[in-house]
Amino acid sequence: MSEAVIHVEGLGKRYRVGERERYLALRDVLARAVTAPFRRNGQRRTRDYLWALRDVSFDVRQGEVVGLIGRNGAGKTTLLKILSRITRPTEGFAEIHGRVGSLLEVGTGFHPELTGRENVYLSGAILGMSRREIGQKYDAIVDFAGVERFIDTPLKHFSTGMQMRLAFAVAAHLEPEILLVDEVLAVGDLEFQKKCLGKMQEVSQSGRTIVFVSHQMNQIRRLCERVLWIDAGQIRQSGSTGEVIAAYESSQVGAAAESRGKCFLRWEVPGHGNVIRQLADEVVFRLELQLTEPVSKGHLGVNIVNGDSVLLIGWGFENVEIPAGRQELMVRVPFLPLRPGAYTLLCTLFNNGNNLNDGEAIEHWIAVPPLIVDTRPMTHAQDRWAGLLNIPAELQVPSTDTVRTSVAGS
Amino acid sequence: MAKPPVLRITPPSRWWAIPFGELWAYRELLYFFVWRDIKIRYKQTAIGAAWAVLQPFLTMLVFSLFFGKLAHISSGGLPYPIFYYSALLPWMYFASALQNATNTIVENQRLVTKVYFPRLALPLSSVLSGLVDFGVSFLMFIAMMIYYGIRPSAAALWLPVFLLMAILTALGVGLWLAALNAIYRDVRYVLPFLVQFWMFASPVVYSSSLVPAKWRWLYGLNPMAGVIEGFRWSLTGHGDPPGRMFLASAGVVLAILLGGVGYFQKMETTVADVV
Repeated sequence: MSEAVIHVEGLGKRYRVGERERYLALRDVLARAVTAPFRRNGQRRTRDYLWALRDVSFDVRQGEVVGLIGRNGAGKTTLLKILSRITRPTEGFAEIHGRVGSLLEVGTGFHPELTGRENVYLSGAILGMSRREIGQKYDAIVDFAGVERFIDTPLKHFSTGMQMRLAFAVAAHLEPEILLVDEVLAVGDLEFQKKCLGKMQEVSQSGRTIVFVSHQMNQIRRLCERVLWIDAGQIRQSGSTGEVIAAYESSQVGAAAESRGKCFLRWEVPGHGNVIRQLADEVVFRLELQLTEPVSKGHLGVNIVNGDSVLLIGWGFENVEIPAGRQELMVRVPFLPLRPGAYTLLCTLFNNGNNLNDGEAIEHWIAVPPLIVDTRPMTHAQDRWAGLLNIPAELQVPSTDTVRTSVAGS
Repeated sequence: MAKPPVLRITPPSRWWAIPFGELWAYRELLYFFVWRDIKIRYKQTAIGAAWAVLQPFLTMLVFSLFFGKLAHISSGGLPYPIFYYSALLPWMYFASALQNATNTIVENQRLVTKVYFPRLALPLSSVLSGLVDFGVSFLMFIAMMIYYGIRPSAAALWLPVFLLMAILTALGVGLWLAALNAIYRDVRYVLPFLVQFWMFASPVVYSSSLVPAKWRWLYGLNPMAGVIEGFRWSLTGHGDPPGRMFLASAGVVLAILLGGVGYFQKMETTVADVV
C-alpha cells in the first residue's frame, strides 16, 4: 500500500547566472565570445553558475499529501518543475510511479478569443486529459465554476474572477495519480478559495498523492500530513506538519522587520523572545510603551488572532491608569493552550474611556514580531480535526484498565 | 491491477531520438493545438478563410502582370495565372508554415514554462494547421483550371508526395528556427528576409528551365525548388517529371529534418529556463 510513488535522489539544478528567466540576444553571445580570450581561465566556471537546488533527496508515499514550504526563491518551484518534467535536472534523478498531473498556474493554455467551452477542452487537453475524459466531466466543470450562462461567449468577455473560476474548475477535475500543485489556491474570492480547498481535500481523501507548494501556512496545515521545508535549494527540515511549520515560522521571526507603533515600542515573553514554549504554565506578555501624556480611565485591549483572521481570545482592561513617559505593562495569563503556529497580537489603547464610550484612541498596534506558539501538539493528528486549542486529553476504558492519551504521534 | 509505468527523470543525455511514441501518446493534444491555431486564425480576421484565397490570388495577378506580361518570362506555354498560382500554392503554404513554426515556442512560452508535453507538438501543429489554408486556396486553383480548360494528367497523383515534401521542409527548417528563436530573438528579424530571398531562389516567378541542365541538381539542393517544380509538373504537366533535382531535394529535406529534430531536442531540455 504505502510504497514510494515519488523517489528523489541527489537532485540538483544549476543555472548559469543571468540565464534564468531570460533569453539571449545574439549580440550578448558575440560580446561574450569577443571578451572570452581576455578572461582568465577557470574564472567563469564557478562564478557564473548558481545552484537553485542541490542534493535533494526524499520519498513520497502513495496517498500522502506533502507540503513544500520555504521562502521565495528557495527552490520549491524549481523542484516542482523538475518533477513535472518542464525542466531537466543537472544531477541526480527522480522516479515517479504513476500518471502525473501538474498545476503550476491556473488557466494554462487559456485563449481569450475562444469561448468558455472551447477553453475547457483546450486547457483540459493541455493539462493531460483526453477528449473523452473532458467530455464526461464537462458538466461538472462548468457547474463547479458557476459560469453556465456565459460558457459560449469568448473568454475575453469574462471577468477576471470568472476566468479564474473556470480555470480552476478544469484543473480541479484533473484526476492523475500524482498531483503537483504550485500556489494556485491563492486566486479568486474567499468563497471560491474555500471551495477549492474542499476539492483538494476530496482529492487527497480519494487516495491520490499530492505535492503542494504554498506560502499560506493555514492551507498547508489543513491539507498536508508531512512538510518539506526547502531553504536555499536544500531540504532544511522534513517531518510532521505542525513541527516543521513551527520551526519555519520561528525562523521567519528573526527576518521580520522591527516595527514600532506610535506609543507601543516592543513586546516580549520575558526570557523567551516572542515564543511560547510551555503549554500549561503562566504566560507573561511584557509590553513596552512611550507615552507623551498620561492615560487616565483608559482602556487596554489585548487580542490574539490566528492566521485565518479568527479572533481566539481578547482581554479588555478598563479604568487603566498609566503615567506619562517610558512605561512597561505586564499582562499575565495563567495558561494559554493555543495550537502551535503563528499568531498576531493586537494591542489597543484608549484614553478617557473605551471604544464604545467616546474614548480617545491612542493606538491600535499590530505587534511585531508575531507571537509564535511552539508547543507539542496534543490534539487530533489530522490538522482539520485538531481545532483551535491545544489541550491534552486522556481516554480510559475502565473494564480493560487501558489508558490512551491524545498526544499526537504517541 | 497493472503496475503504473515508472518515469525516470534524469539530466539530459547527449543522445536523442525522435520521440514517436510520445508524440503518439500526445496525439490528442496535437489535434487540439491544430484546432486552436485554425480557430483563432479565422476568429480574429474579419473575412476569415477568404484570406487564404486572396493572398495567392492577388500575388498571382501582380506576378502575371509584371513578370509575365511586362517582363515576358517564359511560362512554357501555360497561361500566366496558372503558371504562377501553381507555384504560389506550395510557396505560400511553406512561407506561412515556416513563419508560424518559427514563432511557436516564443508565442507559447507561458505554456512551455508551465506544462510538460513533447515540445515537438508545437512546430508540428503549426505546420499542420497551415494545411487548411492550403486546401482553401487549392479550391481556387481547381476553379482556375476549369476556367482555362486544363485537364490534369495522371501526374497529379504525385501531388501528395510533393505536398508531403513541402510539409517536411517547413517542419525541418521550422524546427531549426524555432529552437534558435527561443534562444536568440534576432531570428524574428531575419526571417522575413530569409523568406524573401528563398522565394527568388526558388522557381516561383520563373521556371527552373532557366537554370542550365547540368546545374539543375545543384539547384535542387534548395528543397523548395524540387517541391515547386514538382507541383507545377504534377498539376499542369509543365516541366520535367521528378528526376535528379527531386532526389537532391528529398535528400536535403531529410538531412535538414533530422538535424532539426536533434537540435530542437537539445534546445528542448533547457528551453523552459531561457525562454
